[in-house]
Amino acid sequence: MFDGPEPIYIQIADQIRAQIVSGDLPEESQVMSTTQYATTFRINPATAAKAFAILVDEGLIEKRRGLGMFVAVGAHDRLVKERRDTYLERVFRPAVEQADLLGIPRSELIAYLDEHPETLPAPRVAEGETR
Amino acid sequence: MTTPYGAELTDVTVRYGRRTDEAALDHVSFTVRPGTITGLLGRNGAGKSTALSLLASLRRPTSGTVLVNGVDPFEDAVVMAGVQLVRESGDILGDTSINETLGYYDELRPHWDGDYARALLDQFDVDPRTTPAKLSRGKKSALGCIVGLASRAPLTIFDESYLGMDAPSRYAFYDALLDDYTDHPRTIVVSSHLIEEVERLFEDVVMLHRGRTLVSETADALRNRAVSVVGPSSAVSKLADDHRVLATRNLGGTTQLTLEGSLEPAEIALARDAGIEIARVSIQDLFIHLSQEPDPMKEDAR
Repeated sequence: MFDGPEPIYIQIADQIRAQIVSGDLPEESQVMSTTQYATTFRINPATAAKAFAILVDEGLIEKRRGLGMFVAVGAHDRLVKERRDTYLERVFRPAVEQADLLGIPRSELIAYLDEHPETLPAPRVAEGETR
Repeated sequence: MTTPYGAELTDVTVRYGRRTDEAALDHVSFTVRPGTITGLLGRNGAGKSTALSLLASLRRPTSGTVLVNGVDPFEDAVVMAGVQLVRESGDILGDTSINETLGYYDELRPHWDGDYARALLDQFDVDPRTTPAKLSRGKKSALGCIVGLASRAPLTIFDESYLGMDAPSRYAFYDALLDDYTDHPRTIVVSSHLIEEVERLFEDVVMLHRGRTLVSETADALRNRAVSVVGPSSAVSKLADDHRVLATRNLGGTTQLTLEGSLEPAEIALARDAGIEIARVSIQDLFIHLSQEPDPMKEDAR
């Protein structure tokens, strides 16, 4: 856990943002405390506190005196909007670039989306493998 | 409520033998900020235990100043009541029952918590009716750690205290340490050469090497001193133009470099486009690189 290239407190902040976006941490729900973070992931409590300070600054979580940290109202919608604004450049474009590199025609990408207008099917198992 | 103690060594030299002998500490300066968990790292013989024995006032420096909570701790009964040093030997009376020893600490340490000590003895499976002499090395180490934790001293020092413990017990000790530290903030200094296991516990890091200070800064600042890049050799070698290379590994077409400093956002973007993977360098690896640097002063003296 938290083995990425960024400092640990940035990774903790990223993880909490991702949980807010996915709905695993709904608005007004309680976030794990500094102590819980420190002992669960065996990290210095100051490291966890730094992550919380970033999220408080961004208005995504708020401190309730004597109770702990809670996800702020509107945090989910704000994060989703931010991520939508950058989705095409940051997520979709690299996927298309990969397709170009592999020689997968654009028409095939469009056909794939047309075939599954609502939900995507479960990932296909590679050839030769049994289910 | 404990007020954590800070500590400071300024230009400290310690010689054990004649003046001509190599100094155990050679003009060493570092700061332990109050309320932090500070790691004291160094190879065997680097001077870690000597530095810690100064903080615990077991000796005086040959020259330089030692301050604990702002005063010279030597023979200062008030400050010393708030400093607990745990060495691997345990510093425990071998032929006295553990129950009796805990009684001594109850009188010696103003913040001693006997109930907590008993809970830890139970957790680490140490029978308080027995004597330390009858304990295995691992249990003896555990007992030292228990005394260190239950003292709740404003400055608590673990000098490789837990090396005799097996891995599960060491991790149980780290968990207990973090748990109790968050409930009862105090200054904790941990010396170790098992860096990988403990580096995430530290807010600050002091590194000693051959009796000198190599590093005294926050763990985050230290981690920013170097970065690791792995990718196609041609792309990776371009990054090396603007950074000093600390280590190189070639893996047939792929190269891994450890570069000094951190990468600019523009460099990170370029590197990612070129299929280069950027990773942090562990404090363990940084320590290995930093302690291999040639020491210009030592070279001159020869």
